[in-house]
Amino acid sequence: MKFEGTDSYVATDDLMIAVNASITLQRPLLIKGEPGTGKTVLAHEVAKALDRPLIEWHIKSTTKAAQGLYEYDAVSRLRDSQLGDEKVKDISNYIVRGKLWDAFTQDLSPVLLIDEVDKADIEFPNDLLLELDRMQFFVYETQETVIAQNRPIVMITSNNEKELPDAFLRRCFFHYIRFPERDTMQEIIDVHYPDIQKSLVREALNIFYEVRDVPGLKKKPSTSELLDWLKLLMSDDISPDILRTKDPKKLIPPLHGALLKNEQDVHLFERLAFLARREQGN
Amino acid sequence: MFFDLFYELKAAKVPVSLKEYLTLLEAMSHNVAEYSVDNFYYLSRSCLVKDERNLDKFDRVFGSVFKGLEQPEEGTVAEIPEEWLRKLTELHLTDEEKANIEALGGWEKIMEELKKRLEEQEKRHQGGSKWIGTGGTSPFGAQGYNPEGIRIGQEKSRHRRAVKVWDKREYRNFDDSVVLGTRNIKVALRRLRQFARDGAPDELDLDDTIRSTARNGGWIDIKMRPERRNTVKVLLLLDVGGSMDDHIRTMEELFSATRTEFKNLESYYFHNCMYEKVWKDNRRRHTEHIPTSQLINTYGPDWKLIFVGDATMSPYEIVYPGGSVEHWNEEAGQVWMERMLDHFKHSCWINPVPERHWEYTPSLQMVQQIMGHRMFGLTLDGLDRGMRSLAR
Repeated sequence: MKFEGTDSYVATDDLMIAVNASITLQRPLLIKGEPGTGKTVLAHEVAKALDRPLIEWHIKSTTKAAQGLYEYDAVSRLRDSQLGDEKVKDISNYIVRGKLWDAFTQDLSPVLLIDEVDKADIEFPNDLLLELDRMQFFVYETQETVIAQNRPIVMITSNNEKELPDAFLRRCFFHYIRFPERDTMQEIIDVHYPDIQKSLVREALNIFYEVRDVPGLKKKPSTSELLDWLKLLMSDDISPDILRTKDPKKLIPPLHGALLKNEQDVHLFERLAFLARREQGN
Repeated sequence: MFFDLFYELKAAKVPVSLKEYLTLLEAMSHNVAEYSVDNFYYLSRSCLVKDERNLDKFDRVFGSVFKGLEQPEEGTVAEIPEEWLRKLTELHLTDEEKANIEALGGWEKIMEELKKRLEEQEKRHQGGSKWIGTGGTSPFGAQGYNPEGIRIGQEKSRHRRAVKVWDKREYRNFDDSVVLGTRNIKVALRRLRQFARDGAPDELDLDDTIRSTARNGGWIDIKMRPERRNTVKVLLLLDVGGSMDDHIRTMEELFSATRTEFKNLESYYFHNCMYEKVWKDNRRRHTEHIPTSQLINTYGPDWKLIFVGDATMSPYEIVYPGGSVEHWNEEAGQVWMERMLDHFKHSCWINPVPERHWEYTPSLQMVQQIMGHRMFGLTLDGLDRGMRSLAR
């Protein structure tokens, strides 16, 4: 059971090692990296490659750790008691399973994705320490202990909005997805758009890395933005020549909205283009 | 087995623990790395480093512990543009030294010396706490540089294998010890959190529901309430430039911590003392500024005002009109300070200068007076006291 990338995901050597180490030792894998470098997609691809079910738990700022285990639906129980429903006698009817519980009770050990763990409260990871370590937890209401039949493959993504506690980090493997180099990027594009013209890709990549190099951008365009942009270029049937043009009047790349997502960034880019134009005019 | 690596990492201040080391050994015994050096590097990195800021430190330690583990490629040195290297020697060796080396054995010797020199420099960087500090003195500054780097840069384009990946030091940019310790600061800042219920009632109020159901004779009566949110609003005024340069590191720590902790956080800059204007963007401070009176009008009295500065200046800058070092101010700094303090009910001053030095600086004493002794040191304890005073 080894992960070696898939036909729709290019995994670098170091990423593969990290994923395989976490699978072999059954420890969580913490993935960080610039937005849009394929952190979340990785879990999908690992699940696909290993043929495992994928359970996704998306974290929001209001998510509590306990919600991943279970929730006690007191309101339904109260209502049922009003209506004289027989169900009310058994409290376990009102225990709603969370994602972790789901993951623990699968027949085949699933891939559990805990997405954007840094969105939650600063104590959130601490509250999950024991559960992720021992892969078991206790349900007070029914006095039962839920133990994972098969330890799930846990993947956790983080966008670095909050620092994660040391105790939590110690239990994980860590991988930082670096922004892909040109060669890797070419591979990624080949995987996604096998029919795209080579020259278009080359010109587009030139522009893409140029845009990334513009100092002071709030949000640098990343892999997912490049792929979107290429899709647009293809559907609009833009020829490589238009991208290659150094005509000062057209310094802003076509369909730049796919690359620059921030109004200030577009302004900045326009201003730089304007300056470049003026320099050329002189 | 890899004791050296472990202890060297510890010495380089990469936070590694026994648990992680055991994990690495366990992974080795499961043969995850498959007897390949590169894979071992990836595996140990994944086990031992948990923060991208430490990746570069790890690369350096790994490189020094396992030096000579893989045979360096032959003949690659020749591929470096010679002119480039000559430039380097000019930068790193004095004329006298060059003459000496020339006498000793010429070009190859120079290369050796250069390499030694660069390694030394590397180590000095490593020892220092921050790039910025040493950036001015070294011609290569934050970019860092070593001859290994050149060789590998050349190598990479031909084929990727057989390159000592850790020597590429790709994570150099993340190594910035600034954010170390922000977690502590954040925990102190959490004292400021003030939860209040705000917005649409979309959460079940269980207690109230039970109470009113009981009162209702047993018929259910559901009560909803709005969700709890952190409603604290913080206005941060930061002193920049001049005497504050020494404290930039701690300031950045504080700043990055506050950024993520509060939803309602506005920050402005000033220089030395508050006057009639502040600015938002430090690069455009001379062209784009905001009148201080506008701050008072924009932000209500419920905003909590935090000054951050060393309050170290000439006393004239505080008490006399026209005392500012940068421009002619019609009204004294003190007047503006008092105006701000009158408007914002909760305020404090965080000072990065150690508290034991405070009594030796007159201006600091004056500011302390104006602030009504709500000045606190930039230590965990000081922050804690400061936040308590703001919460009152």
